[in-house]
Amino acid sequence: MPETTATTAAPSATGTARAAILGRLRAGRDAHPVAPPPPCDFTVLAEKRWDPAERLDRIRRLMEAVHTEFLEATEADWPAAVGRFLAAEGARTLLYAPATGAGATLAAGWDAGGPELVPYDAEVETFKERLFEGIDAGLTDTLGAIADTGSLILWPSAEEPRLLSLVPHIHVALLRVDRLYDTFWQAMRDNRWAEGMPTNALLISGPSKTADIEQTLAYGVHGPKRLVVVLVR
Amino acid sequence: MADAAVDFAAASTEALQDRQLRTNFRRAMDGLMSKRAVQFADQAEWHAMRALGASVRLRALAKLPELLERLEETCTRNGIRVHWAATTDEANAIILSIMRGADARLAVKGKSMVTEEMHLNAFLERHGIEILESDLGEYIVQLDESTPSHIIMPAIHMNTRQIARLFRRKIKEAEDTEDVARLTDLARRVLRRKFAAAEVGLSGVNVAVAETGTLCLVENEGNGRMCTTVPPVHIAVMGLEKVVETLEDVPPILSLLPRSATGQPITTYVNMISGPRRPGEKDGPREVHLVILDNGRSGVYADGELRDTLRCIRCGACMNHCPVYTRVGGHAYQAPYPGPIGKILVPQMEGLEKRGELPHACTMCNACVEICPVKIPIVGILGRLRSEAVHAGGSVKGAGSHASRAEALVWKGWAATFASPAAYKVATLAMATLGNAAPSALPLLKEWTSARVKPRFAPESLHRLAAKKGIPDA
Repeated sequence: MPETTATTAAPSATGTARAAILGRLRAGRDAHPVAPPPPCDFTVLAEKRWDPAERLDRIRRLMEAVHTEFLEATEADWPAAVGRFLAAEGARTLLYAPATGAGATLAAGWDAGGPELVPYDAEVETFKERLFEGIDAGLTDTLGAIADTGSLILWPSAEEPRLLSLVPHIHVALLRVDRLYDTFWQAMRDNRWAEGMPTNALLISGPSKTADIEQTLAYGVHGPKRLVVVLVR
Repeated sequence: MADAAVDFAAASTEALQDRQLRTNFRRAMDGLMSKRAVQFADQAEWHAMRALGASVRLRALAKLPELLERLEETCTRNGIRVHWAATTDEANAIILSIMRGADARLAVKGKSMVTEEMHLNAFLERHGIEILESDLGEYIVQLDESTPSHIIMPAIHMNTRQIARLFRRKIKEAEDTEDVARLTDLARRVLRRKFAAAEVGLSGVNVAVAETGTLCLVENEGNGRMCTTVPPVHIAVMGLEKVVETLEDVPPILSLLPRSATGQPITTYVNMISGPRRPGEKDGPREVHLVILDNGRSGVYADGELRDTLRCIRCGACMNHCPVYTRVGGHAYQAPYPGPIGKILVPQMEGLEKRGELPHACTMCNACVEICPVKIPIVGILGRLRSEAVHAGGSVKGAGSHASRAEALVWKGWAATFASPAAYKVATLAMATLGNAAPSALPLLKEWTSARVKPRFAPESLHRLAAKKGIPDA
């Protein structure tokens, strides 16, 4: 049993429970064999295709429908575009991942008069309070986006922590226009996700929202209030 | 019969008197139905996606014990600690011991129906641990000291005015407003502090992937990500049927789930967790635990027909489309899972002696079967459970507990009458001549006529009318 540490001190019942549960499932299946399931035909997902031009239009349309904002930029000028946008919105701080390629580009192209750049380069415990109380925006890269649903693919890592895209009020995400997929299924197949998942992979399709009060949409309930996608061409 | 605390008939009668409640549900369900219809406007795509979803779930169930072992192995390899619980008591005890190990006083929780099944909140509070629901709907329901009335939208039974009043009563800093954005912002302020302070985060699991040891969670608010990322310990709880074989099996389910549930193409966040914080990573929980709960599911699995119940992906479309649910609301079912899926799942988990009335809360209109994205034959299973309730010797817990001598006699008489042309003739003649004289208060008529006009028998039977027209008996 994977009861390895003293901290869990789980009741010894768990080992007994495991054997009992698996035993009951097997006995139940032996007594009433499961009919062979129909083959899984993924054609419906394989056939979902859009033209390259349509892909971006669709992503934009679906994401804008749920209040995502878009900025246009090039590889050379996106840091300046982000800086101008945040300054105009009155953001004072931007949290970023200094050890990523995007982070290095951002720092190199940052206007010293713009919002303060705050590197996320230490464990969250050391600056949890500031993260929750004093950060206006966070910047992440993405692995691309999905046309079927209008979703960004995020792949947090040691260099790019998970909370960058969750705690700040504004999440700024870079999207390279040459990294668009038709469906979630195609994105995971093309990139062989099953061979190695990160501790946390994410699809993000808009700013945080809820309709729990009488089905009335409200944005920014727990996560970012705004999601800004920078289209990098 | 059911004890006084669990009585669908009484609770639904009461619910039907509440005009506000009926208005709230009618509006919400109408909206959800039309939003879902837009998502599946392409019928060919719907049929193909649904067939794929059903086959993915059926393949998972066909290999269920092996996939659970594989899931344990891959999760363990990823650093997730796996626990097994045969009963809700065991699951609660496991969670408490993990919390004690983490010196937890405050836990934040994302939406999880399986923990409703366990009455986890009450259990932890009894043991001195504060547990805070962080999904806005669940938070509202918790403030109201009530229970969810829908598996996707827990506070759907309340309107904005009622929620505003509740906030003013229960939250110190609440302002006097019925503006939804401001109410939402208030909840944000209160809960943000809690996410940062909690020692443990709890969550359910929408899909667990055996191949990669990945726990998938879908949500719109970001509270699920907060609960599973910010506190140092994350505990996920799942019913043992939630596993699928491969990562590729996830997209079809996620294509069906939000579209069927709320008519969204996808939820704002799809969160795929494959382990605790690794060396070098700067955030994420240091411990991730997975509690796999049986609570009667292995018994459901043991029956070739009832097994289909476990296909469910918990989208709630069956309740959104159920004419009974829409009228009586979720609380009348007095169960963690209301509506059509609850009517087949709850009696199997809690026993027919206690919940044998639930399979009768159905008009057999088949709307749930037509809408179910994984093609669960709900109405067929309802028929089976009705039969099990009155016949001893069945496989469902409490089989035969609703057997009634009078009912058995009536059916026996019915069968005998239909088997004999002479008896049938006498019976129809008796109905035609004497039937209308029977008072509505007669034992078998009383319940029927309490909500309906007593049927009038025609003076002549169809047989007689046909014979008069010269149509011979077959």
